[in-house]
Amino acid sequence: MLTQESLQKIDREITKYPPERKQSAAVAALAIAQDEKGWLSNETIEFVANYLGMTPMAAYEVASFYNMYNLKPVGKYKLTVCTNLPCMLSGGVDAAEYLKQKLGIGFDETTPDGKFTLKQGECMGACGDAPVMLVNARRMCGSMLPEEIDKLLAELE
Amino acid sequence: MAILGTINPMLMAGIDFDSDTSWRLEGYLARGGYAVLKEILKSETGREKYISVIKRSGLRGRGGAGFPTGLKWGFMPAFRGGQKYIVCNSDEGEPGTFKDRDILRFNPHAVIEGMLIGGYLMGATRGYNYIHGEIYEIYKRFEEALGEARAAGLLGDNIAGSNFCMEIQAHHGFGAYVCGEETALIESIEGKAGRPRYKPPYTASNGLYGAPTNVNNTESYASIPFILKMGAEAYLDMGTVNNGGTKIFSVSGHVNRPGNYEVPLGTPFPKLLELAGGMRGGRQLKACIPGGVSCPVIPGARMMETTMDFDGISKAGSSFGSGAVIIMDETTCMVKALERIAYFFFEESCGQCTPCREGTHWMYQIIHRIEHGQGRMEDIEVLDSIASRISGNTICALGDAAAAPVESFIKQFRDEFVYHIEHKQCLVPLDVQRAGSGFFKATV
Ligand SMILES: Cc1cc2nc3c(=O)[nH]c(=O)nc-3n(C[C@H](O)[C@H](O)[C@H](O)COP(=O)(O)O)c2cc1C
Ligand code: FES
Repeated sequence: MLTQESLQKIDREITKYPPERKQSAAVAALAIAQDEKGWLSNETIEFVANYLGMTPMAAYEVASFYNMYNLKPVGKYKLTVCTNLPCMLSGGVDAAEYLKQKLGIGFDETTPDGKFTLKQGECMGACGDAPVMLVNARRMCGSMLPEEIDKLLAELE
Repeated sequence: MAILGTINPMLMAGIDFDSDTSWRLEGYLARGGYAVLKEILKSETGREKYISVIKRSGLRGRGGAGFPTGLKWGFMPAFRGGQKYIVCNSDEGEPGTFKDRDILRFNPHAVIEGMLIGGYLMGATRGYNYIHGEIYEIYKRFEEALGEARAAGLLGDNIAGSNFCMEIQAHHGFGAYVCGEETALIESIEGKAGRPRYKPPYTASNGLYGAPTNVNNTESYASIPFILKMGAEAYLDMGTVNNGGTKIFSVSGHVNRPGNYEVPLGTPFPKLLELAGGMRGGRQLKACIPGGVSCPVIPGARMMETTMDFDGISKAGSSFGSGAVIIMDETTCMVKALERIAYFFFEESCGQCTPCREGTHWMYQIIHRIEHGQGRMEDIEVLDSIASRISGNTICALGDAAAAPVESFIKQFRDEFVYHIEHKQCLVPLDVQRAGSGFFKATV
């Protein structure tokens, strides 16, 4: 279900915890699975659960609790824009509006070509760099004024 | 970004923010790093001696609650056998806070050394650093720092040639504010949804995997080596009466240079504001939330008279919190600001406790309708009453955190809420608000 490379990464996470506590790797394992698949289907979640020796329901609970998991397919690039108050004061909401206009989609929508999904995010612990956005839950971009956003979108073509 | 300014720094002393090696082991060693750990491991004197230095230093936890760290360390059953854990809280989800990220970025070994000292003094041999989900690059860097320490014999078996063995791992979150609460964080390390536990039992007796566990914030652990090196008195001297040491303040919002600033406790707020480049566009300070969005808001004029320490901020009617200083100028609509805060708590409530789950929902709905011109005058009283019924009635402090901004915004800026309800629009014209953010530079 997952590639050898992903499984190796998960195995490495498992070694961080006591041997009888494999479930502790659940948050990381699901994130690694998402990196590979783009989103977490029930089958993927079940596979990760079995791999860690936990019930599928317990893994599903984790997947549905944390904001950064995708429980539905998303575009090739998921852009999460922080609009929380500190960012809002320095253009976070404006940046989201700008993206909505450029991409022609709203929050939680994907462009027809399947390239971009737009998400509203909460504080990413980077408010000094506002406006802040996250690409595919891994790469953080700061000071995203219009020209920087244009540059990022061009780069992600 | 770097640490943008300091006055007499401790955590960031001697760091070259532009260098690629300053954060690495070699850089930390050159700044005298790990010397205290080695000395403690060699010392014949009891562990109590070191904990008593921390107690006398008056260090208060930097994660938000300000609990005395020395006292907390004393709660751990150091001499009871069995596995115990040291957990570092780098979840940093309180909106406005971004200091732990820079500590991990520029001085990760100070955190490692602090956790190791904690492990030795509290009798724990395993540690986890729980790192905020959104800062993946920083998590990678911390793992690299752990690798350096391991390779140098400063982590793992027989640390620095002593009998002391301890392993530390980085654990990466994936987006949940409530996981910053220490028992939710522990649930999350156990591979579950992050729902806070009932207390008691406290984590010192029943924490990770049911074992005694000490949880501290990143900045708290990072302070330990410095305090033990300079001694309690020198540390106290860095700050002001009852408020020793330095603090990294994360300054965000309407200032010219948003960023992290390490200054002694007791620094007057205007001085911090000046370090942060002053108000954007030379506008007036309207309000400030001094400790992250869960703390009460303070009107600008009052804030200008406040000193940046636990006592000063509490006298001004708010709390020290995590040191997240959110600056709002006259272009800010206070109703809109509160609406966004209320949305955050509604979104992040874990849903276990009815007052928090339902209360955050209703508070958001009501503020939303006031902001959108559909408010009624009695809404203001209803908001106050909902907030007062959440406070103190929930398993964790997220409920109180959601209530405090609502109560304080209404108390301090009541006129603006009334104006909104009467005129069905903002007191601050929309184009003025838009100019405030500085996003559309050309149109300002
Ligand atoms: C909802 C909520 C969120 C919290 N978030 C954080 C956080 O992001 N970082 C943190 O260090 N403490 C956070 N705390 C406080 C922790 O529960 C705990 O008190 C702290 O980590 C203890 O460390 P300290 O004594 O060094 O401050 C939060 C508490 C609550 C109730
Ligand atoms: S508010 Fe956006 S990163 Fe903190």
